[in-house]
Amino acid sequence: MAAAEPKTVEKTTTRGGPKKPSQIKGLFEGLWVTLRALTSRSQVVQYPHVKEEPHQRARGVIGLLEENCTVCMLCARECPDWCIYIEGHKERREPRREGGKPRTVQVLDRFDIDFALCMYCGICVEVCPFDALHWSPEYEYSELEIRDLIHDKDRLGYWDTTKPPAPRLGYYKAAK
Amino acid sequence: MNWWAFVLRLLVIAALIPAAAYVLGYTFLKVLAHMQYRLGPMEAGRFHGVGQLLADGLKFLQKEDLVPDKADRPVFLFAPAVVLVGVVLVFMTIPFGPPPLNIVNLDSQLFVMLAASSLGTIGVLMAGWSSANKYSMMGGFRAAGQLLAYELPLILAAVGVVMQAGTLNLDGIVEAQSQFHLFGTAIPIPYVIPQIIGFVVFVIASQAELSQAPFDMPFAESELVAGFTTEYSGFRYLFFFLAEFASNFAFAAIGATLFLGGYWVPLVPEKALWIVGPIALAVKIGVLVFIFFWMRSTYPRLREDQLQRFAWKWLIPIALVNIGLTGVLKVVA
Repeated sequence: MAAAEPKTVEKTTTRGGPKKPSQIKGLFEGLWVTLRALTSRSQVVQYPHVKEEPHQRARGVIGLLEENCTVCMLCARECPDWCIYIEGHKERREPRREGGKPRTVQVLDRFDIDFALCMYCGICVEVCPFDALHWSPEYEYSELEIRDLIHDKDRLGYWDTTKPPAPRLGYYKAAK
Repeated sequence: MNWWAFVLRLLVIAALIPAAAYVLGYTFLKVLAHMQYRLGPMEAGRFHGVGQLLADGLKFLQKEDLVPDKADRPVFLFAPAVVLVGVVLVFMTIPFGPPPLNIVNLDSQLFVMLAASSLGTIGVLMAGWSSANKYSMMGGFRAAGQLLAYELPLILAAVGVVMQAGTLNLDGIVEAQSQFHLFGTAIPIPYVIPQIIGFVVFVIASQAELSQAPFDMPFAESELVAGFTTEYSGFRYLFFFLAEFASNFAFAAIGATLFLGGYWVPLVPEKALWIVGPIALAVKIGVLVFIFFWMRSTYPRLREDQLQRFAWKWLIPIALVNIGLTGVLKVVA
């Protein structure tokens, strides 16, 4: 490996104010930037008076499509701050066709997400093998009590109805 | 002058200072906000947050007036008053219109005005020293060093105007501007054109005198908490707040009188100046104040040594050259 070349530090002096003409030009460019900001229309939304429209794929809240859930617990295990609580039990069901073995299915008893802990990383949505979890752009669910931020499966089921429609198959492949 | 007329004018000034501070403070909040792509206060007072500063002021009034244990009590309590008195004195010397509309009319009015404008330095130093707090003291020292350093270019820039007008009387300076024709122009032009160097030096120096960014080292919230105002609360802090924006108005008024023609407007008959004059002065002050706030919201803070170097190595020599040039042109023309 070649010996490290001595670092040549470009000498920039700031003593006594700008020296190069370009630096003085920069002073006026700064004024131009702020003047443009002043005269341009502000993008601020006056939230309580006007409801802000988030992007439809914004990460507002997580919804649960209960019928897809198999209580595999992958989401709860992958969650970095363990804010997902899942309980379930096995049930026997009739065999699919006559003479077959009776099936066992997982039934979901409890699926809570504690949004006081959730950091909206979206890992649970990513890992779910059966697409039971989805992002919804809804964001108005602040509470007066922190315990009320634990959303049960009914509430998560409601959030799932607010999710944006799924893109048609192959959409992202085509976009590439 | 009748004593009651004098008292009446004093009352007008006493009402004008909070009013000016209010309007300027609100303008500042809005200009700064929009220059940062924000909206600023929008709720208090129903219309675009016009009541915001009223709410802030009431909040300050109901807060406890704290004095630190180790503070030099009388000095600490008196310092905000000194700062505000300095501003009141400057307001008294502003000519708001043709002679009956000014409070005092002195031969050396500009001298008194600039002297009064530097009185606040003492109050700032008192506040910084008496607080018994390292941040306050460093803020006070920075303020003292800065205000002294920029006093000089400010006065030297004004000297150019005085030489050109040939008088220290502010009415005289305004009158001289109403009769000044550069290269025989049809309309008399204010001194901002012939004294452009002085004007630029004046604006920069008053920005430093007002301790506004990029010269806000005395406050320097990221380093010194709040500089010399760190230990103040309640209505004493309100005094500093009031003085800050009132002196903004005062320095803009000095600049407007010296360089923009004060209450005088071209093509307006002498008699109409009684009504038009104060309005014109207010507009000119507005323009200057906008420039102050514009610079304040654009530039980042300088370092202490850069500040001093800039004053002594650039502004003062430039102001001196301006005086020389003015002298030469005055003799030649």
